Formats: sequence, C-alpha cells, structure tokens
Amino acid sequence: MLSIRNLCAGVEGKEILKRIELEVRAGEIHAVMGPNGSGKSTLAQVLAGHPAYTVTAGQVTYLGQDLLAMPPEERARAGVFLAFQYPVEIPGVSNAYFLKAAVNEQRSRQGLEELDAMEFLELLEEKLELVEMDRSFVNRPVNEGFSGGEKKRNEILQLAVLEPRLAILDETDSGLDIDALKVVAEGVNRLRRPDNAMVLVTHYQRILNYVEPDHVHVLFDGRIVKSGGKELALELERKGYDWIREEAAAVQPAGA
Amino acid sequence: MSTTAKTLEALANREYKWGFVSDIEADALPPGLNEDVIRLISAKKKEPEFMLEWRLRAYRHWVTMERTAGAPTWANVKYPPIDYQKIVYYSAPKQKGEGPASLDEVDPKLLETFEKLGIPLAEHKRLAGVAVDAVFDSVSVATTFKEKLAELGVIFCSFSEAVQNHPDLVRKYLGSVVPYTDNFYAALNSAVFSDGSFCYIPKGVRCPMELSTYFRINTAGSGQFERTLIIAEEGSYVSYLEGCTAPMRDENQLHAAVVELVALEGAQIKYSTVQNWYAGDAEGRGGIFNFVTKRGKCAGRRSKISWTQVETGSAITWKYPSVILQGDDSVGEFYSVALTANYQQADTGTKMIHIGKNTRSTILSKGIAAGHGNNTYRGLVKILPRATNARNYTQCDSLLLGDRCGAHTFPYIEVGNASSIAEHEASTSKISDEQLFYCKQRGISGENAVSMIINGFCKEVFKNLPMEFAVEATKLLGVSLEGSIG
Repeated sequence: MLSIRNLCAGVEGKEILKRIELEVRAGEIHAVMGPNGSGKSTLAQVLAGHPAYTVTAGQVTYLGQDLLAMPPEERARAGVFLAFQYPVEIPGVSNAYFLKAAVNEQRSRQGLEELDAMEFLELLEEKLELVEMDRSFVNRPVNEGFSGGEKKRNEILQLAVLEPRLAILDETDSGLDIDALKVVAEGVNRLRRPDNAMVLVTHYQRILNYVEPDHVHVLFDGRIVKSGGKELALELERKGYDWIREEAAAVQPAGA
Repeated sequence: MSTTAKTLEALANREYKWGFVSDIEADALPPGLNEDVIRLISAKKKEPEFMLEWRLRAYRHWVTMERTAGAPTWANVKYPPIDYQKIVYYSAPKQKGEGPASLDEVDPKLLETFEKLGIPLAEHKRLAGVAVDAVFDSVSVATTFKEKLAELGVIFCSFSEAVQNHPDLVRKYLGSVVPYTDNFYAALNSAVFSDGSFCYIPKGVRCPMELSTYFRINTAGSGQFERTLIIAEEGSYVSYLEGCTAPMRDENQLHAAVVELVALEGAQIKYSTVQNWYAGDAEGRGGIFNFVTKRGKCAGRRSKISWTQVETGSAITWKYPSVILQGDDSVGEFYSVALTANYQQADTGTKMIHIGKNTRSTILSKGIAAGHGNNTYRGLVKILPRATNARNYTQCDSLLLGDRCGAHTFPYIEVGNASSIAEHEASTSKISDEQLFYCKQRGISGENAVSMIINGFCKEVFKNLPMEFAVEATKLLGVSLEGSIG
C-alpha cells in the first residue's frame, strides 16, 4: 500500500529524514518509535504533504501512485489521513460543518453523490458512539476550547468518519490520561480492517498495550535503525532509548 | 507565491457580477449644485413648501461648511477632493405623462434590470415574505406588496409618495434623528435627496413581512442621495433590509445617504444592510464613495434598535450606524462585517449614546482586509451622567489576509457615571498556514478552506441577518453557508 524508498527530507535547509525505507501492506499496523527529535513527526508531516518540508530525494508510492507529486488535499481525498499531534483551532466553524465538507470532498472524488445534512448527521451519530463523544460536540467550533484529550478524540472521530485507507497517527497517545487513551485505542482497533493500514508514530510503548502492532520501527537521527515485531516495543520500554543510541553509533559512524 | 497567498489573491480578485449598465433614457439635470437645482428637484417632486424650505436651509448650511471646514478629514481613508459641481444631482428614468400607476406600466427595461439583479418586482415572483421598494438612480420605480401592508396600517412607500400622502409624519420626523447640521454629507443629502423609502408601523403591529429597499445607481456621473425614514410606533416591530449595486466605471461615484430610525416605547427595529456597491477594479480605479449617515433613536422606554451590516463593496466606506438610547431600558445593537480587498478602504463603526437609565448596547465588529485593503473600526460609546447602570459590550476582531493590507481600531469610550460598565475586547488574527494545511489534509481545497475560515470568523454577525440575506452575504464573501446543519 505504502512504499517509502530512500526518503530524504528537511526543513529550511536542515536535513531531518535520511534515507528512510518503509513498506506498509494492507491490513498492517506499524509503530514508528523514537526519542524526541528523531524525525518521527517530520515523517508524518512529509507523508501528508506539509508545505514547510522539502523532500530532497527518494520516492513514496501509495496505491501505485506517486504520493509526493500529489498536493496535500489530493492525498487526503485519495485516503491518506494524518491525525495531528497538535490539531489547530478553526473558530466559528462547527465540527459538523467541517467534517461534512471533508466527507463530501472525498465522496465527490470517488464519484459518489454528496451526503445531505440528514444523511451526514446519521453517519456522524454512529461514529460518535465509537469514540464515546457527546452529541453536543458536533456543534462546537473545530477544536476551539477543547481540552488536549478532546482534541485527540476529535482526530479519531474524523478518522472514523473519513475511513481512510492509510492512517498516520502522530503521537495521538501523548498527553492523554489512561481513560482517554483507552478510548482512542479502542477506536483505532475498531477501525482496523484488512483493506486499510495504520502508522502509529509514538514516543511511548503505552498505547501498544492496547493496539497490537504488526511491526515496530525505531527512528533515530532521521534513520530507521531497527525494525522488529511488537516485542521490540517492550524492549524499548524496559531499556529506554539509550542502547539504541549506542547501537546506532556503533553501526553507523558519525558523518556516514 | 505560497498557496495561501494565491488563494487569498483569488478571493481578493473576485469578480463583480453586477457591473452592467442598463440602456435607459434618463431625465437628468446638468451637473452642478446651486439653489436653483434644489428648487428644481423640489419642483419635480411637487413638494410642499416646508420641504423646499428645509432643503434650502440644509443647502445654505452645507455651503457654509464647504467654504470653511470642508468635508471631514478625520477618517482613516484617502481620496482626491470631490468636485461637487461635476456631480449630477438628479437623474430619473424618463417616463411619459404622470408615471406608472401600477407595475404593469413600469418600463420593462427597468423591470429587466432588477430581474437581472435578482430582485424580481412582479409580486407573483417575489418571495412571499419580502416587500421591496426599488430605487433606480434618483427615484423609486416600484414598491411591492403596498396594498397588503396597508391592510394592517403599515405604510411602505417611496419617500416622494410619503411627502405627498403623509406630509405630517414626514414633517414631524424628518431630520429628528439626523439634523441637516449633523455633518457635511448629511447636510448635502438633506439639500438634494431625491427619493428613498418611508416606513411607518402603527401601534402594536408586528410587520408580517421583511421590508426592503434595493438601490441601483445606473447613470454615469450621477450621485445617489437617498433618504430612508422608518417610524415604529409603540409596541410595533419591523425588520428592514437594504441592498445595493452599481455599474463598473473608471470614475468614482458618490453615494451619500441618510437613514433615520425612530423607535417609540417598546418598539423594535431591525435594520440589515448588504452593501455591494462597485468597489473599483484591481488597480483601485473607480468604485463608489459610500458616505452614509445612519442613526436610530430609541425614543421610548424598552425600545430596541439593531443594525446589522455586511459591507463588501464601495471603493470607500464611511459610515457609522448609531443608536441614541434615550428611553430608559432601551437596547442598541451593532453587528458588522466589513471586507476590504484590492484597494478598498473602509472606516466604519458605530456610536452608542446612552442617555436613559439601564440602557444596554452591544457592538460586534468583524473587519477583514485582503490585497491592499485598509479596514478601520471607529466607534464611540458615550454614557451620559444620568444614564445610570448603562452597559456596553464591544468586541472588534480583525482578520488579515496577506501582508499588504491593514486593520485599525479606534475605540472612543466616555463613561459619565460610576454605575455604568463599558467593556472592550479586540483581536487581530491571520489565517495561519497550519489552519490551511489542517483543512487540506482533510481534503478541503485551499480556496474552500479560506472561505470556511472567513465564514467562521463572521458567523456571529451573519446569524443576526434574516435568512435570505444571510445566504446573499455568504455568497458575496465567496463562501458557502455555515451552520446549515447541526
């Protein structure tokens, strides 16, 4: 589904991602872990097409298409979803209105008829239950005045409504208390299907207690330095990131 | 250019669809202004003596002002001096004989013009809930639903007809809220105004439909000077709408109107404007100078006047719809969205003058500046010593699109007693790249995202507009309607 080859990218001339290689198949959940500043969020933003980042080399193929050649809105309409680490506020625009616009952009690209207000509300009601959100939520302006936990849950609600083929969750678990974390994890598990895939970008192993990944990758200094199964996450939890740092330094001498 | 900038550019350069000229023969006076011109206007309208005298007093006052201080210069707008002798002060579609007695006799070209503007005047085509007075250049060409309203005692007609048929009401209230001495443009208007709308809502009547006036400037070189007077008797209610457009021309045209509202005890007047005069082209050539005096007087206890304006047009907008809160417990409201794109300039706001006890006022102003637009909020909240327990809440928000535009806020607050409270909040924001990216990541195009964000910014004002107008207003801003669901 997603194939990343030799991806190099940076911001304002500073190289952050260095030769990333990653293969994600339908039905899989990948966890990308790493210490702060390792490039986890950059990877997520580059895949979504954030204009602040420049890709300097490499290819990314998504469902046979050249992902990097597509503008961000086209990527979204083609089923790439990014759950933001810091969702922005859009004052005065209700959640319902925003989501309806998003759903209909996607539907019209797929050649489907746009949903009217009633049809959309029906869909929304169903998804609200999934993330245990109150109905009053839909009339509030997008993320405005939301607590950190509410913002993250709102991202999962959007994920549930848009049903993307590829979901990238950028530290959706950070800053959540244990109850909110369970809700988010439960939402993610229920959205797991054989024909979609997810990339969980996370600092902590905690969410992986609830969402079982097929593959775990460790990102360090812009490189994927270690890949493995779910047991790798547990090892990181036990030993911290220091041993990775040492290993990486041993394998890859500075400047290489 | 970044995608944000491109999207904003597209918005700023939105097309003006109302810029056509109708080929209608005009009965116009030559340009220029003197006492003879005023006598001629008054004679053309077959006015009673008191009107001519009032006009002449206004004219003499204006001449004095012109010779001394001249036009006001305190507003934050720039334009070359206006030559008042080059303006045509009266232009009317030519008609044969006494003029149309009914809609069937109105020049089909005029009906066509209004139809093209989306204002069909034939009653069977109108939305059932709206009565329209259509003003073309200097005269009212048709008023719909007059008979139906008359059954309730509601008078809704052109100002000229009111002078003929209800001279006592005109005499009593004309200039009672905006005297001709008020300001330069009010004096000019009082001298030369040629038509406008007149509404009278009798005691205890809730006007069953929206009353509206649509203003159209057509003739080149002409100014439009109309006057609207609305009187709401005790316990009555009326909602009034105003819309306007003009052809696209390279020269500037002057529009100097006066609107007076009088609300007696327990009466409510809701006045909404969607102003879409031609704004000039992308280089700032042409467009309407919109220098307007609008004021309401809450004369009676517990009366309420509410202004809602969406100002998207005009090269220059200079207007401050105000409320004099004379009656105890009266309420004044001002809700405004002002958009300046290209080289448009707006200096707009309100005055809330608290005279009565327990009077309350709310001011909510949303300024949007794009391109080289310059957007100024100017507002006065004045609480007199005897207005005990008066309250004001003011909120002024500005949204800047791009980096060549400007937003300014000039609030004046004068509180004359210790029991009153005036609150003022202000903010300035930009559409951030992060907001745009967030929308795009959900599949929403940049253009739609900008529209959505602007619409969200204006939402609190739009929700005060009558439904039909809210739709028009959102369309004018190039946005889709927010709040249609949920």
